[in-house]
Amino acid sequence: MQGANDSAANGACQCGGGCGAESDGAFLNPTPMLDQLESGPWPSFVSGFKQLAERTKKPMLRGVLDQLEYSYNTKMGYWKGGLVTVDGYGAGIITRYSMIKDKFPEATEFHTMRIQPAPGLHYNTAMLRELCDIWEKHGSGIIALHGQTGDIMLQGIEQDKVQECFDELNQKGWDLGGAGAGMRTAVSCIGPGRCENACYDNLKLHLKALKHFVGQLHRPEWNYKIKFKFSGCPNDCTNAIMRSDLAVIGTWKDAIQVDRDEVRSWIAERGVDALVNEVINHCPTKAISLKRGDMEIESRDCVRCMHCLNAMPKALSPGKERGISLLMGGKNTLKVGVNMGSLIVPFMKMESDEDIEEFLELVEEIIDWWDDNGLDHERIGETIERVGLKQFLEGVGIEHDINQVTRPRDNPYFKAKY
Amino acid sequence: MSIDVKGVSYETDENGYLVNLEDWNEDVAQKLAEGEEIEMGEEHWSLVKFLRNYYDEYQIAPAVKVLTKAIASERGMDKKEASEFLYGLFPKGPALQACKIAGLPKPTGCV
Repeated sequence: MQGANDSAANGACQCGGGCGAESDGAFLNPTPMLDQLESGPWPSFVSGFKQLAERTKKPMLRGVLDQLEYSYNTKMGYWKGGLVTVDGYGAGIITRYSMIKDKFPEATEFHTMRIQPAPGLHYNTAMLRELCDIWEKHGSGIIALHGQTGDIMLQGIEQDKVQECFDELNQKGWDLGGAGAGMRTAVSCIGPGRCENACYDNLKLHLKALKHFVGQLHRPEWNYKIKFKFSGCPNDCTNAIMRSDLAVIGTWKDAIQVDRDEVRSWIAERGVDALVNEVINHCPTKAISLKRGDMEIESRDCVRCMHCLNAMPKALSPGKERGISLLMGGKNTLKVGVNMGSLIVPFMKMESDEDIEEFLELVEEIIDWWDDNGLDHERIGETIERVGLKQFLEGVGIEHDINQVTRPRDNPYFKAKY
Repeated sequence: MSIDVKGVSYETDENGYLVNLEDWNEDVAQKLAEGEEIEMGEEHWSLVKFLRNYYDEYQIAPAVKVLTKAIASERGMDKKEASEFLYGLFPKGPALQACKIAGLPKPTGCV
């Protein structure tokens, strides 16, 4: 807001003439189509763009708004890709050149820098301030926290400024994210840092795994992209099962821990009706029953859907023998339609550094197999589907197991009322 | 756009890639390498020639994994070492720099 006031005080356009905005003293050109987007009930990116443009007077921002207005009028997009990298890296910059730069010279280049997030998105304000300052110095100042890839998207920089911007960011501890046919930026939920349901330290595993594969993240050289997502528990807040090739989801082996006193006080407060209607009846596998006014969970029937734990967070918590499950093959429509991950490794302990080592070795093995057997532009789930699960399991040396489930989940968006 | 080598002008696209594949020769490659601030050594040349041979055969630039595997088997390295070796020669990436110097068309894709 302060910025918006500053710009009003600064007054006229600083483009050096020729932008057509001098006449009425406004920096931005009229954008009636885009203005429509500001009229709805939700915050609009157009308002953000305009505020930033008025404050910083960056011609690039004006150019992009003008080109977008033109796009809306002609119902066509006018960005094309290309290749821009920094020294030693083959990925991380998403190029955007204007196809109509003669019309909108200010929008000639508008590249995006993908920056890797901290595990669990735990930043401190000092780092974020540095990031903002560096970005506004070299680039447009526009930041998307966070893009669909999980990266911090720094949107809008010219090719000539990419290296110096990266060098400064890198000095402050930031690194570029993944792009192209390699390891991609990973995502993790808030994990044990702020959530009692976390069944393993997904923040640590995220960091270790990404450090392990950092070479293949910066220098893509596989068949296609491959993505990790780390969810602390089967609530799967990162939606790993749907949106990652390697979904690492926390789970437990033994029984759900029940605090009897808390169960009683929950029932005292909400009533037996609520227990039956909102908890027991919503159990997808009928693992819970009502016994003498109390609840009883048959562990062997539980599929770790998390509903009862979410409904009664004080009374119920994940079991004591905790670890991870690895699901593979989730992805959006590509060669074949949308897939959700299949449960490949039902349980693995994830407590010591040796556990992490063992996990990374397994993933190395899996990726090697895919690198050798996959086709160009084929995600690992598609490779497995093409050659068959049996061939895959034999190829990477994973034992068959009754607990391997093809479709552990049907609907990642379902959320019961509680 | 164009580049001049020994008095001959060669047409390039807006990113500096040769437009005509058959315009390529070692002098042109040298000039393109200068534009990328790369000093061509024996290893650079062998990679550039590998790229051209591959392109002659398949009419497409090889995937990076093909390149690293070829390097790995030729030099007895593992894939990780081969990748680092490749980026040591062409710091901005094989797609961007090696293909340009080899006179191949600009690779497409979202790298």
